[in-house]
This record gives sequence, C-alpha cells and structure tokens, in this order.
Amino acid sequence: MHKKQFSTPPRRVALFVTCMVDMIYPEVGMATAELLERHGVEVVFPYEQTCCGQPAFNAGYRDEARLLAHRFIEIFEPFLQQGLVDAIVVPSGSCATMVSHFYAAALFEEATDTAVRQRAEALAAVTFELTEFLVDVLGVTTTNSRFAGKLTYHACCHLLRELKIDEQPRQLLAAIEGAEMVELTGAEECCGFGGLFALKNANISTAMGQRKTRHLAESGADVVALCDVSCMTHINGLLSRQAQRCRAVHIAEVLNSQVDVAVAPPTVAPSAPEKRSRRWQDQKTK
Amino acid sequence: MTTSVIDLHAPYKERVADALNNKHLKTALNRSTVRMSAQRISAMGAVDGQTLRNQVRQMKEHVIANLPDLLEQLESNIQANGGQVHWAQDGAEVNRIVLEIARKANVQKVIKSKSMATEEVHLNDALEAAGMQVVETDLGEYIIQLNHEPPSHIVAPVIHRRLEDIAQIMQDKLDMPPTLDPEVMCAVARVKLREEFLKADMGVSGCNFAIAETGTICTVTNEGNGRMTSGMPRVYVVIMGIEKIVPTPEDAFLQYQALCRSATGQNFSVYLSMTSSPRQPGDADGPEEFHVVLLDNGRTDMLEKGYGEALMCIRCGACLNVCPVYREIGGHAYGSTYSGPIGAVISPILHTDVTNSEKLPHASTLCGACREACPVKIDLPRLLLDLRSDQVQAEQGSWFDKVAMQGFVQTMTSRARYENAGKLASVGSNLLAGLTGGNIKFMPPPLTAWTNSRNFPPFAKHSFRELWQERTSRRKEISGERTTPPAP
Repeated sequence: MHKKQFSTPPRRVALFVTCMVDMIYPEVGMATAELLERHGVEVVFPYEQTCCGQPAFNAGYRDEARLLAHRFIEIFEPFLQQGLVDAIVVPSGSCATMVSHFYAAALFEEATDTAVRQRAEALAAVTFELTEFLVDVLGVTTTNSRFAGKLTYHACCHLLRELKIDEQPRQLLAAIEGAEMVELTGAEECCGFGGLFALKNANISTAMGQRKTRHLAESGADVVALCDVSCMTHINGLLSRQAQRCRAVHIAEVLNSQVDVAVAPPTVAPSAPEKRSRRWQDQKTK
Repeated sequence: MTTSVIDLHAPYKERVADALNNKHLKTALNRSTVRMSAQRISAMGAVDGQTLRNQVRQMKEHVIANLPDLLEQLESNIQANGGQVHWAQDGAEVNRIVLEIARKANVQKVIKSKSMATEEVHLNDALEAAGMQVVETDLGEYIIQLNHEPPSHIVAPVIHRRLEDIAQIMQDKLDMPPTLDPEVMCAVARVKLREEFLKADMGVSGCNFAIAETGTICTVTNEGNGRMTSGMPRVYVVIMGIEKIVPTPEDAFLQYQALCRSATGQNFSVYLSMTSSPRQPGDADGPEEFHVVLLDNGRTDMLEKGYGEALMCIRCGACLNVCPVYREIGGHAYGSTYSGPIGAVISPILHTDVTNSEKLPHASTLCGACREACPVKIDLPRLLLDLRSDQVQAEQGSWFDKVAMQGFVQTMTSRARYENAGKLASVGSNLLAGLTGGNIKFMPPPLTAWTNSRNFPPFAKHSFRELWQERTSRRKEISGERTTPPAP
C-alpha cells in the first residue's frame, strides 16, 4: 500500500465515520472529530456515506461489495479532487483496510476495471486509520489526554496484520497522563468477532471471545482500548454478559479523555434466569 | 476407557459442538499449540526469518510455475536410478497401484512412516481390506492407530490428546503399567515397533520433498522411523502429492530449514532420510524395489481454479498452531485430513469426501495470524475470501444469505434507505434493550446466535450524522458563517 507523503500537514480531512459508528456509537465519531480538531484539522463529513461494503465482501458477495465500493469512490473522490479535503480518516482498522486495500486488490481487477482500480488506488493513498493519521501524518506524539485507571490495548486483526498499525495506537496510549498501562496476554489474538462468523460459527466465536475476556480479567484492566467498534461490540457483549467490570472503549474516546473509570457504567448482573430464586428477598443478597 | 468416538463424517455443526464440549481437548490444544508457536517464533528468530521466508516463497513460486517440467525431470531421474514411478489421478488409483505392488511382491506386513497423503486417500483401509497388516511407526500415529483415531494435526497427529489420555491408551492397548513418564512410554513403543520393523515386507511413507535434479525422496522425522521404513523392508513405496517437489538439493535444504523451524521450532530435525534408488549391487541394505506414486487428487484443479498458491504449502502446521479457531476446535472438527487454515482452503478443492466441506472457508475470522506464521507467506485469508466468492458465484450459498445480503446492499446504496433503516433499528433495538435493562439480551433468529452468549447494544437514539448536522448548524448560528465547505 503506497501512502501519500504530505509536504505540508493536511488541514482538512473527510471523515468516513463507518456505518456502525454512525448508527450505534455516534460518541466515537464525535470523539474522533474532536480529536482531529484539537490537532488543528478541520473535519468534513460527507453525508452521502453509508457502508464501505466489507460485510458483503467478507461473505463472498463481491458484486454487491463492488456496488458499495463504487459508491464510496463516487462520494469521496470529488472532495479530494476539488481540494476540499487532503485525506480521508477512518476510526476503524477493518473499514480502513477495506477501502485502502481490498478495493484495489480484490474488487477491481487490473485488466477489466483499470480505470476504477486506479481511482481506488488514488483513494487508498490518502485513506488513513485514525491513529495512523495522528501519528504518521500529523506527527502527534501525545494527545495530552488523561485517564485515571488501568488501561490495556487489544490489537484488532485488520489493523495489526493488514495495515501493520500497532506502534501508533500504543504510543498514543502510553502518553496518556495518569493511565497505568497493564499487559494483556494474547493482545494480538483475534477476539472472535469476524463479521458473519460471529453468527455462522457463534459457538467458536464465543469460545474465542471468552479467551479474550479471560485474559482481560487476568490483566486487571479497567478499560481495554481498541481501534475498531466491531471488535469492541463483541468484547463488550461478552464482558457485560459476564458482568465483568472491564469495558472495551474505542481509542478515540480514550484519547479524547472521555473515559472516566470512576463513573464507569454500572455492572449488569449476570443473566442466569434458571438459577435465579423466585423469592425477591433472596435476589438482594449477593 | 479412552475408546474413540471421533466421527469425521458427522455434520459440521456436530463436529464443532463435540470439540467445544471436550474439556480435555481444550487442555491438550492449549498446552501444545501455544508451545509450538513459541518454539517456531524463537527458531525463526534465531536466523533471518524474513529472508528465509522470502527465499522459500520465491523457490515455491518457481516450482508451481514449472510443475510439469519438474515432475518429468523427477520421474526420469528416479527411473534412471532404478526406481519406478506411478501417476495417480485420485485416491482410488493410488490404492490400486499400491495393492498391485504389494500383491506382486507377496506382501503380508506393511510399516508406515507418517504420511498425510496416505491419510488423504485412506490407504491403510485399502491395505487392511486386502488382508494386510499395517502398522504406523511415527509415535503419535502409532498411538492414534492403537485407539482407531484419525490424526488431528499435520505434524502432531495426537495433539488432541493430553499426556494423561495417551498414558491411558497405552495402558489399555499395550498392557503396560500406568505411568505419566513419556520416556517410559516411548521405550515400550520402541520395543514393540522394533519387532514390526524387522517383520515388515513393505514400507510406505509420504514425502516431505523430492529433489527433481537427483530423483531423491526426502523424509523428515525425529524418531528415525522414516529411515527404517525406507531401508528395512524389501519394498519401499512413497506416496507424494505432486506439489512436494523442489528443483535442486540446495532448494531442498532451504525448504528443510523452513520446515523444521516452522513445524517444531528445531534448527534441524533429528533425522533427514534420503532415498534415490533401490539397493545397488554391493549395498549392505536397502529395499529391493523402490516405487514413487505421484498423487494428483485435485491438485491440478487447484492450479486451474486459481488456488495454486495453496500448493506452495510445505505442511509445517504453523498456521494450525497460531489459528485461534483451530486452538478452540482442534483438527477433527474440520472433518478432513487437513485442518486449520490450510485445511479450510484445500479440503473443499481436493477430491476427498469431507462432510460439509463448504462450511470450512467460513470457519475463519480472517484474522491473518496464519499468513504471518506461514514460512511460504501463503495469503490464506485471501484464499478463504476467494473460496467464499467462488461459492457465491456458483450459487452455492444459502438462499437466506443471498436475500439478506442483497437487502443489506440495497439499503446501503441509498442514503435515504440507510437513514430510515437506522431510525427503524434504533426504535426496535431500544425497545428490546428497554426490556432487559440497557443491553439487548435477546434478538429473534438468526440473531439469537449472537444473544445466546453475548449482549448487544441498542442503536443510538440520534445517529452521528444527526448530531453532526445539529452541531454544524449551531456553529453556523454562533459564528454566522459556514464552517464546513459545501458538499460537491
């Protein structure tokens, strides 16, 4: 993947917020925008954006994914060509991989789709994952964030092994004031989400996720930061079902200093209705 | 008792459920896969691992591009050395060829050195059905043969058993006193196997790599059973997949290095056995007959269908050891001779009768750990994606998947439909979440598969785009000018 080298730091970026952040976790999108603005970057949000096509692509539906890829290019390309923005920033390792790697490498063949492929490659050169953009493009070494508590990091698969981004988020987390960084065993192991895998192979997915949450419990972390809300959803889905205190939080929120352990979400009681006593008096005792 | 109940032909879902419910399997896999991965990393780190991988990759690319020529070169060199070469289209043909060799040489007892190719074609069953006695001589294979189990790993066939289970099997089947000392168990097996080696008429092995330039078959073992299989019986038969070929002795040592370091984390295996010919006049020992069976069984299909990269595999098992899916379910759940990421790629293409092989390309999160571990840098996630795409192209996907995916894309190709779907999901999911206190704990099928074990958050009441629009217009009001450029 050839990335554009900027002679002057980009001043304006288009935010591809991703459909999951848009619809489920708007606070992650807001934190991303604020974080970028705090570092002197103006954020533009193209309202036509929806999904990058990753779910269809991963399931083997390439014609369908191609439609969405095409649409993505049509939406973001004019912003770049008209000089309204210098780059595209994505707060997700897997969606960034889809746009900056799989569009050109898998969806548009060199021989048959030469023109679109070139457009996809041009787009790929200026598409950055959030922490990659902060560290590699803007040269940020610290986001001047605060966090009171134990913090650890889960390396999401696409971010780590497709985009090779690992040092950047770790460096930003390590620079957070007040945070005690703790080691997570198997930090680079998959959490078991895998898109439709989580449904089609739900029991394997769960077993993998339970391995992750076991390691999280052992780490003693209050918060595990990560760069993808899909993995975050999976890990939190298990942590909250298990009534663990630890929570997975998107790195944008951590770096934007919005995570405060003191007012962490109340823990939910484990759901085991078959074991619950029918007498209300007993339910109060723990 | 540890009598095996492993049914490779059970439906995929059953195989997986059985594996996940097997506590001992989990223990065994946890112990071994983590250790083997750590050993690999340290052994590859002791040399310039990246350069080694690049070199092997380059060599294998050359091999795949020149496969027909190299195979013919191998054939003519083996023949020139006095060996015989047989070509087999599929498993049935391999078995027919080997049975014919055995019949002509009046073979009663067969010893085998570990071979996945013979597992692939079920050679043992064919030999036993013809009345021959077959004994596996690799220690791991010997143990599972005692318990009538198929191997569950490319290089560590008994990885699905804990030490405690193995002790029990040996106690039951070999009448040995109970012990947890691997050395004692090994010594007992050694005595038993030594008798078998001395009595055998025919030795059968696989092939780790064959050198085209010299017509040499190489087998890599740590127990020396490879040499005894090739050297002691009257007849030696090699079954090799057509991709197990290297051009020169230099290339062989390149692959040998990558194999040992990646498979077991050794610098070198204890034995490397090379056979180029039957016994020559004046030789003290060696087989009177030397046969090499070249097996296709779907390998040329792999090339034709665009999966030639999978033929570069040197069967080190590194991708299995790092695979988070394999670590949970082990090898038998794949239902194939080949498990883990490489098994998920090649099992659906090879001509084998794997039950529900169409499920295997989906038994992966595409996490990419396998590609990082692979000494030949095979892009396994990409091959799995390609297989999934091929299934869709061939209309092999489920009707439900297709409708769901088309609906999804239909929604996502229009801003209005997308925004409306988001609002609908927000109302619906908040209703569900309201019932169970903040998080969704139940969703209707097929999403039940998620909520059976995991919570799901409700959709936001206001999407990011709504919040952003609100923020933008508020800022506009305050500053009295645009803060964002107009959309093109």
